[in-house]
This record gives sequence, C-alpha cells and structure tokens, in this order.
Amino acid sequence: MKICVLVKEVPDAAVEKRIDHSTGRMDRSGEKNLNPFDTHAIEAAMQIKEGGAVPVEEVVAVTMGPESAVRALHKAVSLGADRSVHLSDEALAGSDVVATGYALSKTLERESPDLVLLGQQSDDGECYTIGAVVAEYLGMPSLTQVIKIDVEEGKLRCERQAEYGYDTVSVQLPAVISVGDAINEPRYPSLKAIMGAKKKPLDALAASDAGVEASRVGLDGSMVECGDFTDPPQKEPGQIIEDEDTAETVEKVVAWLEERKLI
Amino acid sequence: MSTTAVRRPPPPFAQEHEDFRKVVRRFVENELRPRAQEYEDAKWFPNEVFARCGKLGYLGLKFEERYGGQGGGYVADAVWTEELARCGSGGLAAGLGAHTSIALPPIWKFGTEEQKQRWLVPGIRGEKIGALGITEPDAGSDVAGIKTHARRVEGGWLVNGSKTFITNGVRADFIVTAVKTRQEGGHHGLSFLVVERGDGVHSSALEKLGWHASDTALISFDDVFVPEENLLGEENQGFYLIMANFQWERLLMALGSLGGMQASFERTLEFARERRAFGKPIGSHQAIRHKLAEIATTIEVGRAITYDALRRFVDGDDAVREVTMAKLATQRAAFDVADSCLQIHGGAGYMKEYGIERAARDTRLGPIGGGTDEIMKEILGKTLGL
Repeated sequence: MKICVLVKEVPDAAVEKRIDHSTGRMDRSGEKNLNPFDTHAIEAAMQIKEGGAVPVEEVVAVTMGPESAVRALHKAVSLGADRSVHLSDEALAGSDVVATGYALSKTLERESPDLVLLGQQSDDGECYTIGAVVAEYLGMPSLTQVIKIDVEEGKLRCERQAEYGYDTVSVQLPAVISVGDAINEPRYPSLKAIMGAKKKPLDALAASDAGVEASRVGLDGSMVECGDFTDPPQKEPGQIIEDEDTAETVEKVVAWLEERKLI
Repeated sequence: MSTTAVRRPPPPFAQEHEDFRKVVRRFVENELRPRAQEYEDAKWFPNEVFARCGKLGYLGLKFEERYGGQGGGYVADAVWTEELARCGSGGLAAGLGAHTSIALPPIWKFGTEEQKQRWLVPGIRGEKIGALGITEPDAGSDVAGIKTHARRVEGGWLVNGSKTFITNGVRADFIVTAVKTRQEGGHHGLSFLVVERGDGVHSSALEKLGWHASDTALISFDDVFVPEENLLGEENQGFYLIMANFQWERLLMALGSLGGMQASFERTLEFARERRAFGKPIGSHQAIRHKLAEIATTIEVGRAITYDALRRFVDGDDAVREVTMAKLATQRAAFDVADSCLQIHGGAGYMKEYGIERAARDTRLGPIGGGTDEIMKEILGKTLGL
C-alpha cells in the first residue's frame, strides 16, 4: 500500500488570524507551523504502516504552497513520512478550494496512492472541504472527520464523528480520508528525525510538472471572488454588576433575567 | 499592511533545535507536568520515567549514535534541559539531569569501550540509572578533602566512606564515585570508580527544603569490593575527571534556571491578568506591572549571558569566565524571581495548588549546588587577577 498524506503550512496557532484587505486573502506572515490536524493524519498513516495488517511501502507527504511550505514537509517527514512532494508555483497563488483540490489531485495522480489521508480542517482557512474536492477529482470515495481506522481485506473500516454519534463506514480503496484530532496522539519526533528531515527525498514540482492547467488555478482560475471584508460588528458592552453585596447581586441578576423572560 | 516578523533562533540554536524545543515542550506538558505534584508528594518518581525518556531519545541527546544516542551534541542537550525545567518539579528535573548530565559524561569521556557498553548504553536507554558521587559530609567544592578511600586488594579495591547529597542516590544502579587511592589523598591521589549497587552499599534518602521528588541520598560504602575493570580513567587522575564536566554542569544549571524562571513568569503573568483587585486585573496596577517588567528583564539578561556562554563552550573556546558568570547570574535570580512570583500570587502563591511555592523552594538550591555562588565569585576573582 502507498499512502499519501496531504499537509499544509499554516500560521502558528499563537499568531492572530487576519485578512489582508488589499488581496482578500489571509495574512500568512509570521511564525508558521505544520497544520496540527495534519500531524494526526501522518500519525494515522504511521500506525497503519507499523500496525502490520497491510504492508505499506511508502508514506509520502504532499503539499501545495509557497517556498516556506518546505518546512511543513520537513516536519511531516520528521513525524515519519518517507519522502515528500512540494507543488509550488506563482500561478497557484490565490487558488480557491476547488482550484487547490484540482491542483493537489493532479499531484496525487502522479503518485497513484492507495490511500490519501489529510487533517479534516486547516488551522487557517478551516474550510473542511479539501478532502472531498480532491476525492471528486480523483474519482475516489471520500470520508471526512474520521476518528478510527481499521484495516480490513482491501478495505478500511472507519468510524466517523457525526452530530448524533458515530458512523461506522466500510470504504473500498483507493480512498480519500480526512481525520479528526481525536483519532490519535501524534508521536514525539526524535531529535535524529528532526535533524535528518532535510536529507529525505523531496520532489519540488511546478504546476506544469504536475500537469496542472494554468487556467484552472490561481486567482483567475478560481470561481470564488472575494468581495469586501469587514470586521464583525462590535458587540454591545455587557452590563457588569460589581459584586459588593452578594444578596443584592443575586437580586440584580434575577431581575435582569426576569426582565427578559429567561426565567 | 503590517506583517508579523519571524524571529530567528538565537545562536547557538538552529531552526531544527527550535523545532525540537517544541516537541520537548509538548512532551513535558503532556507527560511530566501533570504528574509533578504526585511525584513531589510521593518524594519519588517511578523509574519508568527514565525508560520513557530513554525511549524518546532524551537521555542520549549528546551521545553518539553508536551508543544509542541521538548524536545531537551539547546544543540539543541544552534545549532538553531548558524545557525539562518547565515540568514544575525541580526534583524530577534533577533526577533525570543528574543521570544524563553528570553521571554518564565521565563514562562517555573517560570510559573504555567495554565500560561504555556496560553503563553508557543501558544508561541512554534508561534501563540503568546512574549517580555521581563526589560530595561528602566534609568535602564539597574542596574535593582535595575527599575521605572515602579505596584500598588495593587482589583484583580490585575495597571502598569505605560516605557520600552525601547524591541525586538518584537511592535508586542508582551505579555510582560514579570519587575515591582516595593514595593515603595522602589530595589532587593527585583521587580516582574514579564505578561502584555498582550490591553488598556494602547503603543509601538513605535525605529530607530537604525542596526537590522533593528527588531521592537525594546519603550513601555509605562499607568494605565494598570494586573490581579492577571499574576504574574510570587513570588511577590517581580523578581530579581531572571532576574538573572536566564542571563547565557543562554549570551551564546546565543556568539553562535549567532559565526554563524554570520562564515557566514561573508565564504562570504569574497569566495570574496577573486574571486575578482582579480594586476593580481591575492586578497586572494593571503599577506595582505589579513594574514587578513583572523587572522579572522579564532579569530572565532576558540571564538568557543572553547563558546562551553566549553556551555558544562559546560549544565552539570549544575557553569559556570558564562566561560559564561561571552565567551560573552566578541565574541561580540567585531564579530564587528571587520565584519569590517575586509568589508575592504577586499573594495567598494563592503560598498554597501548593499553584506550584509557585514549590518553585521558590526548589530554586533555593541553585546558589548552592554545582559550586556555590561564593565559589563562582572566587573563580571570577581569580580571572580578575585577584
């Protein structure tokens, strides 16, 4: 089996998320990190590989992103991926979800994976949909928000988190599966793995190398058009009741609730 | 538009070291810090912690891969030490640190291949635990005054005497022990023997102000037979073995203090933002705000001097002066910072729950262990030609 894991470089969780009004895109400057959800996808791949239920020849980390995204690939490799693929091209900048999914699917086609894993959401865009888009382009079944994977003969038995509980779904391979963070606890990469990550093979591809049609990607190739962005309206400041006399405070709170017919 | 600048790691750290730092921080937060109080209350932490750290490679960061190490050198060990201090238990950090940083290095540097296979390799895996035995009831930094002696017998030595304040002293499988091998003792009459736990080796845990999770012990040797092959380095050259690791030990103490200070500071900053008094967060009151500004500055000064000393040490420069200053600048500072953090916490700081009282107790050791502040000043005095 060959597993490809889609990974993404995102602004570090500690960095405040902002929209750049001039481009309509997210401001991705500052500290960056490998999307935390993707670390669970890599761990899921490693557990399948190490589980022994099915021989896994290779785990390949795949990303699309600017030059700096190479660091996300290094992290993915330090977590256990055997090698990585970096799709990077000016022409891809500004791609929306559909265009990104298309470009990634072209990159994945070159690898012919039996299984594509990814985190269910990115920590920046949080669109939750890239896995489904990739699956559509690859013509593979797609499962999202998976929190358990068991290997069965030529299939995977997955539990996915649903609003009302859990779905148990059997999926034929090849498939695209996005995982939630409840699926596992990613391992601690060793120092040796971190130091050796740069030495693992990395294929750098331009859009044309991956057979991506330029007209279908980038700002112009995307159907989403960003209009104006405005900050969410400021909330009215709440009423603060200073607790000087607790009995009195309780009376005030009760009166406030009664006034609004909440009790 | 404004963009957020990326801060580059300070020398001697590279980006990979910072990536590693995040990993260690996650490990410490997930696996050590939640257990710190339990270990402190038990006055012990289980040996499995060594095994777990060994499995993750943390006990062999600076040692070569052929011994099961990670081949990361001193800088990787520095990252580990700084982050380990965030576990919130000085005793836990000390136990792990004493094993990797003071007990194993003499074997690594001066041991024969056979000795390395016997103690370094299982030590890196966390399967055998080591302690360093130098200090005695009547000899600390004045190592020439060591009285524990080894008498030549057929096939080895008979060791008699006692060692005190020995970290890992109760649990250690082997004690890298400084002994007198000449009647007159002194600088040219000391040797190092690796004493394995067995007949005649008695340990008793000591009650302490802080470092409760550490089994710091008094160890007595009563006619302990130590075979020939357990001599580390050359006979009567033990003084050089002692001196060889001092700089590293002191740097590690400085790094540990930085990590500890930073953790206490972060907790206190959070507390000062949340705790309200007289209608606003206490951090908004000038007295507290200034105190936190001072603490932040103290930590940054300590960091600058310690990282500089580390860089020189790693580069192979003579860094005695800078290392000594780094230890002097950070140990009393760490105690003062913990005390200030406790004061900012008010009554809560005096309670166990917040971990600040523990920091205050634990950091009090800094100006004493690994050479007192007074000894540091004596060393610096000599560099000034006084």
